[in-house]
Amino acid sequence: MSDTSPILEVKKLRKFFPIRRGFLRTTVGHIRAVDDVSFDVRSGETLALVGESGCGKTTTARCVLRAYRPTAGEILFRSAKGDVVDLAGLSRGRLRPLRREMQMIFQDPYASLNPRMTLLDIVSEPMEVHGVSNRRQRVERVAELLGLVGLRPEYMRCYPHAFSGGQRQRIGIARALAMEPRLIVADEAVSALDVSVQAQILNLLLELQERLGLTYLFVAHDLSVVKRVSDRVAVMYVGQMVELAETRKLFAQPLHPYTSALLSSIPEPNPRARLKRTILQGEVANPAAPPSGCYFHPRCPHAVEVCKTTAPTWEELEPGRFVRCHRARELTLAGAAAGLPVGTSTNTYLPSTDTL
Amino acid sequence: MAGEPLLEVNELKTYFFPDEGVVRAVDGASFAIYPGKTLGIVGESGCGKSVTARSILNLVEAPGRIVSGTILLHDDFGTIEITHLKPDSRTMREIRGAVIGYVFQEPMSSFSPVHTIGSQIMESILYHRKVSKKEARARGVELLRQVGIPRAEYRMDEYAFQLSGGLRQRAMIATALACDPKLLIADEPTTALDVTTQAQILDLLRQLQSQNGMAIMLITHNLGVVAEMADNVVVMYLGRVVEEGPVDDIFYNARHPYTQALLRSIATMEDEPRTRLPTISGSIPHPYNRPHGCLFHPRCPQFMRGTCDAHEPTLRPLNGSQSVSCFLYEKSDVRSQMSDGVAGRGAV
Repeated sequence: MSDTSPILEVKKLRKFFPIRRGFLRTTVGHIRAVDDVSFDVRSGETLALVGESGCGKTTTARCVLRAYRPTAGEILFRSAKGDVVDLAGLSRGRLRPLRREMQMIFQDPYASLNPRMTLLDIVSEPMEVHGVSNRRQRVERVAELLGLVGLRPEYMRCYPHAFSGGQRQRIGIARALAMEPRLIVADEAVSALDVSVQAQILNLLLELQERLGLTYLFVAHDLSVVKRVSDRVAVMYVGQMVELAETRKLFAQPLHPYTSALLSSIPEPNPRARLKRTILQGEVANPAAPPSGCYFHPRCPHAVEVCKTTAPTWEELEPGRFVRCHRARELTLAGAAAGLPVGTSTNTYLPSTDTL
Repeated sequence: MAGEPLLEVNELKTYFFPDEGVVRAVDGASFAIYPGKTLGIVGESGCGKSVTARSILNLVEAPGRIVSGTILLHDDFGTIEITHLKPDSRTMREIRGAVIGYVFQEPMSSFSPVHTIGSQIMESILYHRKVSKKEARARGVELLRQVGIPRAEYRMDEYAFQLSGGLRQRAMIATALACDPKLLIADEPTTALDVTTQAQILDLLRQLQSQNGMAIMLITHNLGVVAEMADNVVVMYLGRVVEEGPVDDIFYNARHPYTQALLRSIATMEDEPRTRLPTISGSIPHPYNRPHGCLFHPRCPQFMRGTCDAHEPTLRPLNGSQSVSCFLYEKSDVRSQMSDGVAGRGAV
């Protein structure tokens, strides 16, 4: 389904925000929001960026879209014409034609749609920006897009307030698709939705990907959602990427202690699996003053002396499996299914009635 | 169920009366909470779970009010009917905080930004207990320590904005526990938190419960959290209880089509990558536009024409402990009697 050539390659990306204090707003330090992040996204795949709040996943995504100008690093994007461009230092004018190829789906469907614009205005705005001036063409395209995301084209004269959260998210998706982008950054696209609606939107995203050959950079904190939609997962902690692997492998056998802890913190909808997990103590480190050595060492149950003094490097342990941990080779960590008691069939809680 | 319930809610109806019409936020909810046990209330947004909790504390804001039903609190002193109390009455204020503690969903907006954490915990202690300020402060420090806040004396003099989300929620729990409540109502206590912090807070709640034997009413939309915490579960949909029972029965033997659909539609860690989720068709109806008959029938895969859209099912016990409100489980003779009744009325 996907050819393996990368559509996006991020190399040693850094984004520091200055901390300004006092009357003269002098810079007294930096928040290291993204600190040496490297990854690639292959054409047609879904790469998930996961981590807790403040880990830099959204900042990374925004740098990729050049909503922020990165402090350092390269963002290599393969455009539709086939040439590779470094977005990191590009001027606004040079960026503009590339912007139509990458679009964003936002988290909050209530805040991301202008209440004073009709669906037609909202969904056709990107076309106006990118120079589709023929109104009839725009109306036709909006009707087509609304159909694509499962909304009735008749709704295009309505305002967003008439729609539920799930429907609004569909509108946001239609807007993102308006210019036939190749890369879509979905920043917590389903976290504001109710569970039953969440499933509908995830299914829609999967279906659209297959139909339109889209590539997703899927930013999320909910690992069970991530497991559903992604081909590969990258885990971030305090501005750094700590692990990157194929979804199945990462969940079955994580290599970084933080990934393992994250997997075990998730409450499973399975009452018989309760009380079987390890709980991570302490709090996420401060990105303005990260700890010495490995950023995770104060909370890590496996930390040894070297973790306190030396920062681990980002290395490829096996082909396609990257990790940032001194002890990755020696540790055997628990994956997602570890909480289940022996002999429990994994899907017993699912009622067996037929269709839904 | 062993023992006497601590709190009994019967046919509670809490409606809101804005200018546009009537919103039946809670429309006939019944359940009981037992000492030392955790009752999980689950449902999607707008199902009335938070309004139920606020009704128990008599904190329903205008234009809403409790229309009918009873809320019985069985305290050491006897039974108190909460719906008969005025929201600002002395007894009600005694109950809030001292008998029932409340953990709000949003720890940032539920603390006062201009008072220190310490003064807000002490306020509750000084109101309910005859203690000096010094003793109240000592109790406050002890509480903060108990909920796992490092450097508690120092944190007492800090403001809510100086604490991280996890610490703030811990402080919130400390405030709710200040006067040893018999019941702790936690309204989405971990929704705003990250998973690792969530695991810490849930663990903390469990620990505190085993120490002081309080009952917990846990309101959440997260079925994982419920599976982890609850002894009994109440599933709500549009203000009604559709199913109720022990946690194992709800998760492994769900009977109501809505509960079944909800369980199927959640993504879990056991799913294979890149697979479609079964979904519930349609969306939650608008509050002004409630369906007739069973509220779930427009979305129900087992909808029976002529029954589900015409009559309202009632919550009936299935076996000893599990109850469900669905015509699929009502005996056929009951169903035919009901349609006879309607036909008879039609003839008149």
